[in-house]
Amino acid sequence: MTATSSRPRSAATSRAGGQRTGSSSRRRRQAFIAWGFALPFVALFGVFMLVPLISSFAMSFTDFTSRDVQNPFSVGFVGLEQYSRLFANPQFLHSMLNTGYFVVVGIPLTMAVALGLAVALNSGIKRFRTFFRVGFYTPVVTSIVAIAVVWRFILQPDGLMNTVLGAVGIQGPDWLNSTTWAMPAMILMAVWRNMGTLMIIFLAGLQNVSAEMLEAAEVDGANAWQRFIRITLPTLRPTLLLGAVLLSVGYLQFFEEPFVMTKGGPLDSTLSISYFTFNQFGFGQYGLASAASYVLFVAIALLSLIQFRALRSKD
Amino acid sequence: MTTPTETLKPESSRTAIGSLPGRSRPGKRRRRVRPKNLTYVLLVLGVVATLLPFVWMLLGSFKTQGELLRRPITWWPEAPTLENYNQWFTNLHIDTFFINSLLVAVVTVLGNLVFCSMVGYALAKMDFPGKQFLFLIVMVTLMVPGVVTFVPLFVMVSKLGLVNTYPALFLPFLAGPLGVFLMRQFMMGIPDSIIEAARIDGASELRIFTRVVMPLCGPPLATLGILTFLTSWNNFLWPLVAAQSQEKYTLPVALSLFSQGQNATNYGLLLAGSVLVIAPIILLFIMLQRYFIQSVAATGIK
Repeated sequence: MTATSSRPRSAATSRAGGQRTGSSSRRRRQAFIAWGFALPFVALFGVFMLVPLISSFAMSFTDFTSRDVQNPFSVGFVGLEQYSRLFANPQFLHSMLNTGYFVVVGIPLTMAVALGLAVALNSGIKRFRTFFRVGFYTPVVTSIVAIAVVWRFILQPDGLMNTVLGAVGIQGPDWLNSTTWAMPAMILMAVWRNMGTLMIIFLAGLQNVSAEMLEAAEVDGANAWQRFIRITLPTLRPTLLLGAVLLSVGYLQFFEEPFVMTKGGPLDSTLSISYFTFNQFGFGQYGLASAASYVLFVAIALLSLIQFRALRSKD
Repeated sequence: MTTPTETLKPESSRTAIGSLPGRSRPGKRRRRVRPKNLTYVLLVLGVVATLLPFVWMLLGSFKTQGELLRRPITWWPEAPTLENYNQWFTNLHIDTFFINSLLVAVVTVLGNLVFCSMVGYALAKMDFPGKQFLFLIVMVTLMVPGVVTFVPLFVMVSKLGLVNTYPALFLPFLAGPLGVFLMRQFMMGIPDSIIEAARIDGASELRIFTRVVMPLCGPPLATLGILTFLTSWNNFLWPLVAAQSQEKYTLPVALSLFSQGQNATNYGLLLAGSVLVIAPIILLFIMLQRYFIQSVAATGIK
């Protein structure tokens, strides 16, 4: 439609203005074609991503509830009231603390384990390397729901986990029914499920570590630990930070593990921000749910921004 | 490791060749043997611990309820039975859930491959007003948590009368930001000269896209296809609310609801269900493991 209307005009201008306008008409033609290529994506993305994104923001300033779905224009504007209700809600504050706990303990732990695996796989072993990689990566591809179902049995007081612990003389707790141990169990599961992704990313990063430099340091008498701290880690810095960003975007949204395994309990000890939001949605409190989801979005954006700053500062 | 995907990211595809075999000189061999054996021991212990839950799940799915409840726990099933699987296939319609999951995943993959390559081509190889802005918006949405769009999406889908239909399950995922990023990054690396030559020969942009550019895009398409399939197959939160009757459930939704109902303690059945949800993706993973791992490295680096 737009292409046909532009053609006579651009033909006329090019006749009058010569080569310069000729190239501008070609440029305009290319712009139409380009938007034509972008159109299907933009339409779907606009309707199913941007519109909800903006409506959610708008909704967070209203008293929208499930009863208003049929008549969205009857909702009232309430300013920042949903946000102040949110931050006065002890359950939401609790969910923020829980999410913080999960992120602050989970991210370093996952990164340390993944780095350990990557370094081990990169240390010159040749046999079974593919087997190890596939093995450590397998939890990543599996459905969290199926995994959670299985882990619920594994973490029973007399289940597999405590049997294994018992074999080395440790008396394991009733993981999922303990306010103290439910969250560590979630973290353990998250480490198990996400270490594979980071291991692969770190392995790729390790290929940038200069073999000559390591060799030279070894000749100079640096031991393995010194070489790791002084050469490997600094080279790996951008990769490590990338891993941290990926993990924090994922871990801040933590939801499915407690949803399937603990229902957020016991006593809300595994209730995350996402889970809180989902519950408010279930209660029909759409305005409050939207406000909570935006708090989470801002947290993710801020944390990523800080990490990207840190990433850029030295490069 | 010479695979077609190697062109995608040369540095990442070298992950498997990091051993630098020339480094251990004969004189040093004796000193290196011990730490290397220790590494093997630790890796084997680690991999066993990692895979133990899967082994236990698989073995458990062949046990009777009585054996699963017995303490101390047993490993090898005493009287292996197929009853748990039989239940899923005869009474619990796992075939319906399987077909739903597969249908949604395939449509989602196709949508992303087509739409993301098209917009990726425009972003990589054409000039148009609003280009930078479009790319920026797409990148920002990579960080948007699922719960943000969740509520309005549900309101929208219910206003459109789509709740509990197939389109509700796949429409929101047909055009994702990750695919745009992947396709654009790869297409930027295709030399302009190839495209210019085709233009001079009088080929239309559509023809250049389908006949010149797309045939070169195997690696990122494989990456995008794998990642999208995986995400869709394992997707849980959205199908949980969008599918409201059994004939529209996907596998994870069915398993989750089943595990919370009256069957919450029917362990054998739940373990068999988990095996059935996980098995297809693990088989796919083992067949395509090289591409899977490549795809992670490709999105991770850069």
